[in-house]
Amino acid sequence: MSKPAAALTHTGPKDYQGAKLGMWIFLFTELLLFGGLFILYSSYRAIYPHDFHEGGRHLNVVLGVVNTVFLLTSSLTVAVSISALRKGNRRLTLQCLGATIVLGILFLANKYIEWSEEIRRGIYPNGPELEKLPNGEKIFYGLYYSMTGLHGLHVLAGVVVLTVMLAFVIKNRVTAADYVKLENAGLYWHLVDVIWIFLLPMLYLAA
Amino acid sequence: MTNSAAGSVPVARGYLEQGKRKGIPGWLLSTDHKRIGVLYLGTMLTFFFVAVLIGVLMRIEQLTLNPPLFAAQTYNAFFTLHGVIMIFLFVLPGLSAVFGNFFLPIMIGAEDVAFPRLNLASWYFFITGALLAVVALFTGNGPPDTGWTFYAPFSIRTGTNVTLGVFAAFVLGFSSILTGLNFITTVHRMRAPGMHWHRMPLFIWSLYATAWIQVLATPILGITLLLVIAERLFGIGVFDPAKGGDPILYQHLFWIYSHPAVYIMIVPAMGAISEIIPTFAHRTIFGYKAIAYSSMAIAALGSLVWGHHMFTSGMADQANAVFSLLTFLVAVPSAIKVFNWTATLYKGSIELKPAMLYALTFIFLFAIGGLTGVIQGALNVNVHLHDTYWIVGHFHYVMFGGTGVGFLAALLYWFPKMFGKMYNQTMAVVAWFPIFIGFNIFYFTMLVLGYMGMPRRYFTHLPQYHEAHVIASIGAFIMVFGLLLFFGNLLAALWKGKTAEANPWGGVTLEWQTSSPPPLENFETRPEIHGRPYAFNPETNR
Repeated sequence: MSKPAAALTHTGPKDYQGAKLGMWIFLFTELLLFGGLFILYSSYRAIYPHDFHEGGRHLNVVLGVVNTVFLLTSSLTVAVSISALRKGNRRLTLQCLGATIVLGILFLANKYIEWSEEIRRGIYPNGPELEKLPNGEKIFYGLYYSMTGLHGLHVLAGVVVLTVMLAFVIKNRVTAADYVKLENAGLYWHLVDVIWIFLLPMLYLAA
Repeated sequence: MTNSAAGSVPVARGYLEQGKRKGIPGWLLSTDHKRIGVLYLGTMLTFFFVAVLIGVLMRIEQLTLNPPLFAAQTYNAFFTLHGVIMIFLFVLPGLSAVFGNFFLPIMIGAEDVAFPRLNLASWYFFITGALLAVVALFTGNGPPDTGWTFYAPFSIRTGTNVTLGVFAAFVLGFSSILTGLNFITTVHRMRAPGMHWHRMPLFIWSLYATAWIQVLATPILGITLLLVIAERLFGIGVFDPAKGGDPILYQHLFWIYSHPAVYIMIVPAMGAISEIIPTFAHRTIFGYKAIAYSSMAIAALGSLVWGHHMFTSGMADQANAVFSLLTFLVAVPSAIKVFNWTATLYKGSIELKPAMLYALTFIFLFAIGGLTGVIQGALNVNVHLHDTYWIVGHFHYVMFGGTGVGFLAALLYWFPKMFGKMYNQTMAVVAWFPIFIGFNIFYFTMLVLGYMGMPRRYFTHLPQYHEAHVIASIGAFIMVFGLLLFFGNLLAALWKGKTAEANPWGGVTLEWQTSSPPPLENFETRPEIHGRPYAFNPETNR
């Protein structure tokens, strides 16, 4: 980086590299946000290995795996939408963005079903059934709700951002010549996906 | 550094009058980095004086013994508010939010930061967080009483309005992250032609190092505070010993952010001192690269020493020993800076202008703050000093003697550039005496009190400490008198100060090569850089 940067001004052409650098730094901060939870998870797992094993057994692995499939597929569709836009295929871009948004919503719907089921069983913080379980399982479910909850909020944010991008593509504010907003939104969506790939084994496959 | 923009025609009132919108909306909706810097300056100083006032009330409390003036719970709220406001609303945004916003683009020859709208959004996050903190005082069951550290399990049990206070700190953290992100991208992408990395002024290096700490450490605070909120609202149990949670993990997470945060506070002040000293010694900085890289070294090493806040928490001895060693190591890059500043002064033609006086005061006070920090970094001594007035004295020497006085020095240095007005320089020196003398009477006495065993955060004290408490309070009042003189002088200058020249101090970095105050887009023509910064003798480029 010892080379002087290009003379960039806000009146000149848009700085793509700068916009992407900013996004990558933002993604670092997101990773560290979840990093705090991962530290807590590893500490408590070391303290309560047996309870974490038991806690993981009661989670719905099928729903977890289905959600993984949804998110992985949506990462593909968002990547295709960017490539399609760059190649000038606006129709395919809109279809793929739409598919990504639908998959994101399906993920959240699934999560809603899953949480409702746990709460119906009385497994939630201060819930009647959870109170009967040993301390380690209380912590496990505390972390389960915190981690999937925070991740769910990120999925929701991602769906909103992608919907805005969809509107931008329709209004020609994001085009083949100026697509960095969509690319950054896609980066964000991939991050949400990557974090889920860690959450799945840590929570659902822990048993 | 030579520059093609030199000699441009100055615009009378510069950015202060130019802008898309007029009047108040012109300020509140402006994406001009200079106006945003001034917005930060105004809001931060307002909160600074609120916290000073609370500090004065605390010193009055310690003057009165039997019975003390305020009830214990009131005093708890006082030290919490004093800490939260001073830390999160003044020293943490500190020099980086005010002078960083104003001078980062100018000193690298850019017309603005990389993301101007995001920059304005950061200020709105800041104001929102600040207002939430104020609302937290007057709603719920009384103002937070946890201290600024929000230690669990007390913070999850106390009935006071901690939830909102913690959320305010979370929002402020967001503001800090966005500023950091913006500054890193700006330094990477917006430098003027010829502004190589090793031609950047040292203030820019310090902002760059600080921005990385802001970006990498603040999210940890974010998640920790969110978990405290979740704990209070839902009882998730992760910090609650009754449910098997471990409060020590809260302390770890808190200090993983909050120790690097003290470097967010001090490093930009060190950067400003690195600008002021060569200007008034009229000589190039000694050890440019050593100072630049020591900022980065502080950022890296400072992220690994958080455990020294927890020596008495029952952590493993091995961990304690490692943290103690790393704490000693982090003193090295700070000392490198001090030695280089001193070497810059050697054989320089020193001109003791007010800004220089305050910069030298920074070195003196920071040296005391730094050395007391090394003392309490030793494990055995720490057990005796932990949670006493010694600690309070130490961090006030660093935070106020360092960052605070650095802020005053930077303000004196850049005030004519920012507002196009010159203050009364004699008055700035007169104000220095009560500030310096009062400061040392106040905080040095605190060091002694702590060594004698006076615990921090107690609303009252045993009779044997009373004499020292009276001395400390008198020192505090003298210091506050000096601060009033200082800021009164600057306000008077805004009101009817003489017009400042473009380059009143003979500085050679880019900000002195544009008019005072700078025009809307900073330079008439885009500057090109052909040499090192601090080249006071163009012939030898030194």
